[in-house]
Amino acid sequence: MPSRHGLNRASPYLFLAPAAAVALVGLVYPMLRSVWLSFHEWSIGTPPESARFVGLENYRWLLADDAFWVSVGVTMTFALAVVVLEVVLGVALALVLDRDLRGTSLFRTVFILPMMIAPIVVGLIWRFLYNEQFGPLSQLLKALGLPGVPWLSSPDMALVSVIIADVWQWTPFIFILALAALQGLPASAIEAARIDGATRWQTTLYIKLPLIAPVIAVAALLRLIDAFKVLEVIYILTEGGPGLSTEILSLHIYKTAFVSQQLGRASALSNLLLLIVLVLTVLLVLARSLRASRAGKE
Amino acid sequence: MSGTATTRRATPVSYAVIVALAILSLGPILVMIATSLKAKPEIFSGSFSLIFMPTLENYRAVLGDAQNARYLTNSLIVATVSTGLTLIFGCMAAYAIVRFRFFGRDVVSGGTLLMRMVPPAVLTVPVFMIWTYEFGFSNSLSGVILVYTAINLPFVIWILQSFIAQVPPALEEAARIDGANDFQVFFLVVLPMIKPGLAAAAIFTFRIAWNEFILALVLTNRFTRTMPVKVSLFINEHNIEWGQIMAIGTLIAIPPLVFTFLASRQIITGMTAGAVKG
Repeated sequence: MPSRHGLNRASPYLFLAPAAAVALVGLVYPMLRSVWLSFHEWSIGTPPESARFVGLENYRWLLADDAFWVSVGVTMTFALAVVVLEVVLGVALALVLDRDLRGTSLFRTVFILPMMIAPIVVGLIWRFLYNEQFGPLSQLLKALGLPGVPWLSSPDMALVSVIIADVWQWTPFIFILALAALQGLPASAIEAARIDGATRWQTTLYIKLPLIAPVIAVAALLRLIDAFKVLEVIYILTEGGPGLSTEILSLHIYKTAFVSQQLGRASALSNLLLLIVLVLTVLLVLARSLRASRAGKE
Repeated sequence: MSGTATTRRATPVSYAVIVALAILSLGPILVMIATSLKAKPEIFSGSFSLIFMPTLENYRAVLGDAQNARYLTNSLIVATVSTGLTLIFGCMAAYAIVRFRFFGRDVVSGGTLLMRMVPPAVLTVPVFMIWTYEFGFSNSLSGVILVYTAINLPFVIWILQSFIAQVPPALEEAARIDGANDFQVFFLVVLPMIKPGLAAAAIFTFRIAWNEFILALVLTNRFTRTMPVKVSLFINEHNIEWGQIMAIGTLIAIPPLVFTFLASRQIITGMTAGAVKG
C-alpha cells in the first residue's frame, strides 16, 4: 500500500498540468510580454524583436498625457456611479421584496436576462432606445410633453446614458444576492428584535442591514472590478465620445493600440489598469476572509 | 422563500413593484425583438409601437448573406470548442486544488482568483503580438479558442471547487479501496456527482465565449470573424439598417436567453457561489 489514501504524489500535478499549460500560454506569458512591451516602442507590421527599448518613457508620457487623466476620471466616475446606484437600488428592492411572494423563481429568471445577453447586444439595444429621431425613449418623452434629451450627443449626458445602461443590466445582480442573503438570515435574530419592541424600520436598520453587509460588500467589490472591464456597451453606444466624455480605460487601451498604433504606450496603460484591478482584488480577498471569520464566530 | 416565522406576507404593492421591475428588465429586450420583426418604413416612422405586422424580411436578409452564415458558424465553433476544453481542464484543476495537499497549492489557488479579474482589454495588445508574430496564430479560430479557454479557466476552476468539496470523500475512499487509481476515481466517481456544477460552469463559459468581442475584434479577419465583431462593424456604417442589426442582435441573444430559461436555478447558484459562499 503506497499510502493510506492511495493518493499518488504526482497526481495533483498531472491533474493541474493541462490547465496550467493553457493559463501559462494564454494569460501569464501575455501579461509578462505586456510588461516587457511597456518598456519598448513597437509598431504593428514589424517583428517584436525590432522593438526599441525606451525605459520608462511610455509611463512618463502617459502620466503627462491629458487624455489619460480624462480617461481615469471617466473610469472612476463610471465605476463609482454604477456601483453606488446598483447597490442602493438592489438592496432597497431586496428589502421591499423580502416577502413571501409567489412566482419568485420566474421573476428571478426574468431579472437575470439582461446580464446574460452579450454586452455588445446591450449596446445595440440602448443605442436604439436612445435614438433621438425614432427611439422609443424620445417618443415616450414627447408623449409626456417633455423636451427631448440629447442622450448620446451631448458630452454631459453621454456618460449618464452609459451609466443608465449598466444600471439596467446589473442592478439585478445585487438584488438577487441581497435577497438571497436576507432570506438566509437566522429567524431568531429578527424574532428577538421584535420581542424587544423594535419597529420594522429599526429591525431593518440595526439587524438586517448589518447582517447582510458582508455579502453586499463582496458583491459590490465584484461589481467594481467588473466595472473596470466594461468596454463593449460603450464602444457601441458612443465609441468613447463625444470627445473623450465616455472613454473609459479599457476603450482607451484599445484605441491607443489599434487606432493610434502606439503599442508600447497601450501596454503601459494596460499595466496601470491591471494594477488598479489587482489592488481591488486584494481588497476583495480581505473582505471575504473577514466575512468567513465573522461567519465562523456565529 | 418558504415562509419562515419572520417572512412578511406579500401585499399588492410588492406584486406591483416586482411586475414593474420585470417589465423594466424585459422591455428593452422586447423592443429589440420587435424591431427585428419590423419592415423598414415601420422602424423609421417615428412612432414606436409593439403592434405591427411581423415580417421575417430582416432575418432572410441577414441569414441569406453567406458571410453572416460563416460568422455564425465561427461563433458556434469557437464557443463550443473553448467551452469543452475549459470544462475538462478546469474540473481536473479544481479537483487537484480541493482534494490534494501539494507544494504550490496556495499559489495556484490565489493565482486563479487574480486571473479571474484580468480585464480582457489588458490582454489585447500582448496576445495580438504573440499570436501574430510568435505563435503564427494570426486570424485563426484556434488562436481565439486558446485565449478564450485561458480567460475562462480561472472562473470555471473557482466555481467547480465548491461543488467538488461537497462530494463525500467516503465515496472516493471506497473506490480507492476497490483498487481505482486517482484518475479513475475522478472520472468515474467525482465527475458524475458534480453534473449540476458542470452545467452551471458550461453555461457561464459558453456565454462568455459566445458574447466576447474585443479579443475577437483584434484576433480575427474577414474570414474568421465572430458575430459580435460583425455587428460592431455593421453599426458604424452610415445608413444603419436597424431591422437587420436587431435581427443579428436577436440571433446573438438567443442561446443565452434559451439557457437562462432552461437553467435559471443553476445560473443563480453559480452567480451567488462567488459572493455568498467563500
